[in-house]
Amino acid sequence: MINLIARLGQWGISFVSRLGTAVLFLLSAMRGAWHSLPRGSLIIQQLYAIGVLTMVIILFSGLFVGMVLGLQGYSQLVAFSAESSLGLVVALFLVRELGPVLAALLFAGRAGSALTAEIGLMKTTEQLAAMEMMAVDPMIRVIGPRFVAGLIAMPLLAAMMSAIGVVGGYLIGHGQFGLDAGVYWSSMQNGVDLIDDILNGIIKSIVFGFIVVWVALFEGYHAVPTAEGVSRATTRTVVTSSLAILGGDYILTALMFGGF
Amino acid sequence: MIDSATESGFFDNPIVEAKNIHFSFSERNVYSGLNLTIPRRKITVIMGPSGCGKSTFLSLLGGRLQADSGELIFDDAPVPTRNCPALFEMRRKMGMLFQNSALLTDLSVFDNVAFPFREQTDLPEALIRILVTMKLEMVGLRGTRDLMPSKLSGGMVRRVALARAIALDPELIMYDEPFVGLDPISKGVIIQLIRQLNDAMGITSVVVTHDVAEGCSIADYVYLLDGGVVAGQGTAEQMINSQQPGIKQFMNGLPDGPVGYHYPANDYLVDLHGHNE
Repeated sequence: MINLIARLGQWGISFVSRLGTAVLFLLSAMRGAWHSLPRGSLIIQQLYAIGVLTMVIILFSGLFVGMVLGLQGYSQLVAFSAESSLGLVVALFLVRELGPVLAALLFAGRAGSALTAEIGLMKTTEQLAAMEMMAVDPMIRVIGPRFVAGLIAMPLLAAMMSAIGVVGGYLIGHGQFGLDAGVYWSSMQNGVDLIDDILNGIIKSIVFGFIVVWVALFEGYHAVPTAEGVSRATTRTVVTSSLAILGGDYILTALMFGGF
Repeated sequence: MIDSATESGFFDNPIVEAKNIHFSFSERNVYSGLNLTIPRRKITVIMGPSGCGKSTFLSLLGGRLQADSGELIFDDAPVPTRNCPALFEMRRKMGMLFQNSALLTDLSVFDNVAFPFREQTDLPEALIRILVTMKLEMVGLRGTRDLMPSKLSGGMVRRVALARAIALDPELIMYDEPFVGLDPISKGVIIQLIRQLNDAMGITSVVVTHDVAEGCSIADYVYLLDGGVVAGQGTAEQMINSQQPGIKQFMNGLPDGPVGYHYPANDYLVDLHGHNE
């Protein structure tokens, strides 16, 4: 029993210590991001690596998610003769929840893990140390551009996912079930609010993007410089950021739509 | 040990002075009063058994680690002890060749050597191209300019890293195990390059190695580290001919001597019978 309490205490101390390190890292990363802003070419390179290369998985996933929503939504709505609201249902699900959350989870799996592995390997092969010895601050040259690119890419990817998902819902509603195209689009136009729905969705995706790049860069930078260490760091990135996204989504949803 | 080098003013105006350095890492005592002096524009070789803290000294000198106590002076000023502009300013006077070369794997050979120029200077791209070509020519790899590091052999990667290390004409170059994993020809080329850079450019070189033959072939002065202190020092010839048991054991690669082969452990028989203390 005493051992259990001791272990719990040890885990608690270790957790708080790591959290403190992560916050200090975040401050350094934000400083690096600020100083890297004038270096547009570095940010564009990272936008390509983080954003453009993640687009394929986001677009495919978004299309299928929208199609599934169309199928499920139509089969439920038709029972209440409310199939004309299919466009609204699909759009609200995507813009408020599934777009930001699923895009962030996929972003964590695709771009977050790649960021951690890349930074971790740069550390393992002493590339970061070499930069330091060349009087180049890795926070500005390596971490900063990736941080900025992640913050820019994530809301765009979430918007793409929502947009392609709406198209997927339309393909099923109109193409498979013969729902009138005008009804599908107009219900969406009438029911989706720019501030309540779209803006809140964008805020969510920015917060999730912030979480993913913070976790991914921190885990990579603080990875144990061995093959096993980088592997563990990559796993931690996906697990931690996924949990943080889902927990954060509940908090944000409660704040935005829960009447608080 | 009596040093003919010391008598002839060899150590006047040294570039590095380590005074009574104490340093521990993860509860392991690495240095317990390390004192050494690196003469200017000479090749100083630091040798010692694996784990004696040779590379750690380079990390301390580069300001990547901080000593627990003691004084470390580079170019008449203490090595800054935290990330600050003074530390980055000091590093501009240094170059380092890492053990695994540490080339940036997403950049070509040209871009790797151009990296210090692009990051540290405002030189126009046309001039950078000329300078990089000159540096690559010095290490005999001008023809590899457009290749990625993954397309080069181990020896070539190290030469590219050397070209990058000397890009901004530093006052001091640190070589961390420059001969490890190289074939005899590549070793010979690296040895020749270190000597040429030292003689032609007047660069001070600190070479950390456990390769006795290669180290002694280029050394103007040798330090042997063991047990957290300088166990022996002198010219290569003095070290090779030393009769001091610790130095003799290391320089001749003898299994028996003051430096133990086994890592400290419990009694062997007790271990074999599975009894833990």
